[in-house]
Amino acid sequence: MKCKTIITELADYLDEALDPVLRTQIEEHLGKCKDCRVVVDTCKQTIEIFCNSEPAPLPPSTRMRLHEALAKRLRRVRA
Amino acid sequence: MSSSKLDPMPRRPLPSQVVKDDEPVLVAAAKGGDVSAFETLVGRYERKIFRLTQNITQNREDAEDAMQEAFLNAYEHLQNFEGNSRFYTWLVRIAVNQALMKLRKRRPNVVSLDEEVDTGEDMVPRDVEDWGPSPADRYAQTELGDILAKTIGELDPSFRVVFQLRDIEELSTEETAEALGLTVPAVKSRLLRARLKLRQALNQYFHRGEHQ
Repeated sequence: MKCKTIITELADYLDEALDPVLRTQIEEHLGKCKDCRVVVDTCKQTIEIFCNSEPAPLPPSTRMRLHEALAKRLRRVRA
Repeated sequence: MSSSKLDPMPRRPLPSQVVKDDEPVLVAAAKGGDVSAFETLVGRYERKIFRLTQNITQNREDAEDAMQEAFLNAYEHLQNFEGNSRFYTWLVRIAVNQALMKLRKRRPNVVSLDEEVDTGEDMVPRDVEDWGPSPADRYAQTELGDILAKTIGELDPSFRVVFQLRDIEELSTEETAEALGLTVPAVKSRLLRARLKLRQALNQYFHRGEHQ
């Protein structure tokens, strides 16, 4: 298996969407190829870092405008 | 490197599959005219929806407008929400449409979601430096937030929106495809590109030589 195959199958590998035979072949390659292991590991960490990041609180002025706009629309809908 | 590093992403249910216990109750109440129930839903998701519209539009004013329109549209069309998906997933789709409209208005010639994606040799990464464990912990939360916002902002919009939906909002590949009007293979190819480009961009902050 070539390193390029690891890259093209990387997304499905990380998402556990590969068939078992291909998955085993990839894991055999990862056991031998340090560069591919690092790419897989850092790609996985990239997803985790973004996924685990907490959204910042809304700026107070933005939040105020949102709730004012909602209140205005809700009043109109109810009228 | 430990053997666990070869493990794929840990299995966990997608948020789109996890319904908070009270969400259907709140949605039903809001449909029945209970304004405070809808306001509770807004309060629950406003931060995430603003981050979503901010990441897509890359413009504070557009992001704020898109978020507002998303919540207002959701309220006005709440009767059309049939509960086949999680309310949040439905809201995300509305917000994505609003944000993409803003982005296309500002950059009409740049934003095309359905261009073919090159999957050539240049995808093989050149910088393969190990990051070590917990690289994000080396930064304060606000500093990390700035790094993530900067790196995702540098992505091509067609990759950015797919990564945003699939890996940040954790929609399924099929939900992402449906929300963006793309095929599943198109989502997969963009997701792969986005993940590799972000990995490459984060490498300068997280490789072992930094913050050691």
